[in-house]
Amino acid sequence: MNSFFDAVKTVPLNHYIILSAVIFAIGVMGVLIRRNAIIIFMSVELMLNAVNLLLTAFSVYHGDPNGQVFVFFIMALAAAEVAVGLAIIVMIYRNTNSVDINVLNRLKW
Amino acid sequence: MSIFYFIAFLSILFAVLVISAKNPVHSILYLILTFFTFTIQYILLNAQFLAIVNFIVYMGAILVLFLYTLMLINLNKDAEPVKSNMLKIAGVLGGGCFLVVIIASLKALGVSQPVVLQNPGLGLVKNLGKVLFNEFLLPFEVSSLLLLSAMVGAVLLATRDKKTTV
Repeated sequence: MNSFFDAVKTVPLNHYIILSAVIFAIGVMGVLIRRNAIIIFMSVELMLNAVNLLLTAFSVYHGDPNGQVFVFFIMALAAAEVAVGLAIIVMIYRNTNSVDINVLNRLKW
Repeated sequence: MSIFYFIAFLSILFAVLVISAKNPVHSILYLILTFFTFTIQYILLNAQFLAIVNFIVYMGAILVLFLYTLMLINLNKDAEPVKSNMLKIAGVLGGGCFLVVIIASLKALGVSQPVVLQNPGLGLVKNLGKVLFNEFLLPFEVSSLLLLSAMVGAVLLATRDKKTTV
């Protein structure tokens, strides 16, 4: 078991940052290129998770448990956000019969 | 060391599949796999509490909620209209620019120290519970209020208004 955790001890912090940045960038691209509201929402979840992973890596790097407590709070926040967001999407679908975000342009100036 | 890179490759691969899959159901299944690779990363960092919470809350609760919503609104009958290629290229370029900026700034920083777990009990439930219920007791209680209001809000929003619909 100890050798299993020794396996990650040689990974530089920069590689964790790069991994999280790549996942975050994929989330940004997903928000920009998709039109389905649910998939945009999933891309936002992807970005949240990239940040969570980075916070955990920093927390382990500094030996400070506060970072992991923060990740716990972010997860609670994400659960609340998903519940309300999906309720809004269901509401939009009932009113417009689609989840295409280009239909929702009534607030456009 | 190679475990980290293998899992990182898998998470990037599945994340790309999430945003490129045509069928939304496939997209959600790939998202579950992505979150599973994140759980493995937490285990590798010995953050056992977060690994379990990520497994239960994200893969168990949030993604099942996504699947149920997709089932409720039944998207299969009309496929998603595709954006024009111009907009897609612009979106990928925008995300790519963001990535290049971050990686370039990391290169400017130079070589970093490896992530070493100094205290093996850092991410265990015992240790995190002590921090959570001492320093973060008030935010913990406030987050319970947040979850309650989110629950009430979700039920209120998703309920059909009896007066307007027959």
